[in-house]
Amino acid sequence: MARIAVQDAEFDTAAETALLTQGRTDIGAVASFIGICRADDGLGAMVLEHYPGMTERALAKITAEAESRWPLTGCTVIHRVGRLPPGAPIVLVLTASAHRQAALDACAFLMDWLKTKAPFWKREEFTQGQARWVEARSEDDAAAQKW
Amino acid sequence: MQILYFAWVREKIGRAGEEISLPPGVSDVAGLIRHLGTLSPGHAAAFANPSAIRAAINQDFASPDDAVADGDEVAFFPPVTGG
Repeated sequence: MARIAVQDAEFDTAAETALLTQGRTDIGAVASFIGICRADDGLGAMVLEHYPGMTERALAKITAEAESRWPLTGCTVIHRVGRLPPGAPIVLVLTASAHRQAALDACAFLMDWLKTKAPFWKREEFTQGQARWVEARSEDDAAAQKW
Repeated sequence: MQILYFAWVREKIGRAGEEISLPPGVSDVAGLIRHLGTLSPGHAAAFANPSAIRAAINQDFASPDDAVADGDEVAFFPPVTGG
């Protein structure tokens, strides 16, 4: 059963890793991905909107799919919402398994699917005052389809 | 039925959602988009290009030809950009 959270607050990667591994001796690998707000083109802040209810439901489906494809002992997906400044962590994915390949592959899979199959939207606010909604990228669709 | 809007769809329409009755003759997502586009200039702007719109029925992604019924929660939004 995956741990899923959608929250304003920053996540604690060390504490989340400990949650996955504490009290267990069958885990040989934990893979992690941390998405960070990058300051392109004078970005002042990124505002993340989501669809409460559907988001958690979509993340549960995506993590269940990962657990059915790889022998994971656990996984964690935490996605932040609200206004985030450049440099702020946005998303955390952790996967734990007996061996590294399953953990690494499942982690990459979760990010590729999360980008195209979970209802989040990013709005970029620039330091000059303009704002724009981020457009979906065909590269992300291709990455999701390769699995 | 409960209609929800997100991201620029919400901004163009000027509200996060509304309660409507399913009009006679509307049976799928594409038909609902055509109907909603007639409700106001903001709706018309939001739904001017249906291929730019994604939908969910009762919190599952839906296709234009998926059936809608009174009592459904139907959401409209741009392609997702999380992660």
